[in-house]
Amino acid sequence: MRYSGFRVIKEALTGHKGWTPAWRDPEPQSQYDIVVIGGGGHGLATAYYLAKEFNQKRIAVIEKGWIGSGNVGRNTTIIRSNYLLDGNEPFYEFSMKLWEGLEQDFNFNAMVSQRGVLNLCHSDAQRDAMTRRGNAMRLNGVDAELLDAEGVRKMAPFLNFDNARFPIKGGLLQPRGGTVRHDAVAWGYARGADSRGVDILQNCEVTGFRIENGKCLGVETSRGFIGAKKVGCAVAGSSGKVMSFAGMRLPIESHVLQAFVSEGLKPILPGVITYGAGHFYVSQSDKGGLVFGGDIDGYNSYAQRGNLPVVEDVCEGGMSLMPMIGRARLLRMWGGIMDMSMDGSPIIDRTGIDGLYFNGGWCYGGFKATPASGWCFAHLLATDAPHPTATAYRFDRFRKGLMIDEKGMGAQPNLH
Amino acid sequence: MIINHPLLGPRDSQEFTYLGDAGLIERPDWQAEDAADAFYEYLYLRDNPAGLHKELWYHEQGDRSWLVVTRNISSHEIISVELARDVARQKGRSK
Repeated sequence: MRYSGFRVIKEALTGHKGWTPAWRDPEPQSQYDIVVIGGGGHGLATAYYLAKEFNQKRIAVIEKGWIGSGNVGRNTTIIRSNYLLDGNEPFYEFSMKLWEGLEQDFNFNAMVSQRGVLNLCHSDAQRDAMTRRGNAMRLNGVDAELLDAEGVRKMAPFLNFDNARFPIKGGLLQPRGGTVRHDAVAWGYARGADSRGVDILQNCEVTGFRIENGKCLGVETSRGFIGAKKVGCAVAGSSGKVMSFAGMRLPIESHVLQAFVSEGLKPILPGVITYGAGHFYVSQSDKGGLVFGGDIDGYNSYAQRGNLPVVEDVCEGGMSLMPMIGRARLLRMWGGIMDMSMDGSPIIDRTGIDGLYFNGGWCYGGFKATPASGWCFAHLLATDAPHPTATAYRFDRFRKGLMIDEKGMGAQPNLH
Repeated sequence: MIINHPLLGPRDSQEFTYLGDAGLIERPDWQAEDAADAFYEYLYLRDNPAGLHKELWYHEQGDRSWLVVTRNISSHEIISVELARDVARQKGRSK
């Protein structure tokens, strides 16, 4: 069923009796061509592009819970392509371009809103670094504007400009950045994949791989063995756990990141604003809640909840940046498990096992990457060659010293 | 989280900084034949188990000792805390 304004009116006039479930709930078949583990944003996007762009048949997505129950439903919904390094920037810009056409492409309202992403700077050195970043973005054909303090004041007069320790000196603006309704991304990809014949198997947990003579023949699941010519793993925070079934150790640690929503307020924030002197990023949802977050808690965790010191730290950052939110009450907070890689950049690559492919290490930046991650992983699964924008995301970059370390933190995942 | 320091008693985890897997105590021999491979694995690869995890915490805001904390990282429950010094000596290290 194709969604459209006409359809909404027609259904409204006929008692909404014509709507059907957006995707099926099929029984697992015994054999598929391609099985994607992980029914989150990346896994569903992978299946969608495999079916739509790479004409693959007999595809299944396996999800241990319900689709979108992991990080695609837990993030702070920000999209941007303001990266510095060559290995990253073309990939994230590819993702941004896919976001721009996504809703028409999969016929689902994902509320893509390019309301701008503004990164603030608070010292001359930080402004120099932002100038460099902006130039790097422009060299890759991406929009970037360097604002002085007056320029920032015009956009966001409510910020704490004259803080004695961290005055706002300016900011780097990416006007095409913004926010997207995160759940709708999962639903849109699921519906698009399902309508092209992809089986989405929920409540189906992977418990092992069947590997013989160095070749992956399929996955053992809580709903029985499912054979596949190729298996792709896109499970974010659970990467270490799932890939250990194949005997692999990864350059990844799992950490918990918390996110927060305030009570609903009248529109006050024009777009996404990030604080340069602490780790705090905030936007306002269309329902009015301030959606914000900060650092990961900093210790390994598979528990989808964090601890109070980080809550305090994030709220202090918010108060320091925009004191006006001091009276707003926190409505909800939650945690998600991040696949923190050793250089802060992701991996989309083959493994040492034939027919087993890996997509992970997204740290806490996976949501914005969803469309390109899906596309590039589909490209790798379908053609056995990396997509041109994802050639740097290899496993062996750590062994070879070809790290893509945006923050220059080294092999210390909790600092990326 | 409260870390029960072997010398100082229960301390808030905020006093500590976190390094990661306690396997980092066992630095490979840099003169070995396979040193390049061993250091690659030592530096970059992690078990990252969804259960009990031995990890290094540094009491930066306290007595500056390194601790090996055994923690269930699926629940954040701390099972045991030892001085990293003692753990290293048990493994035959001089310090």
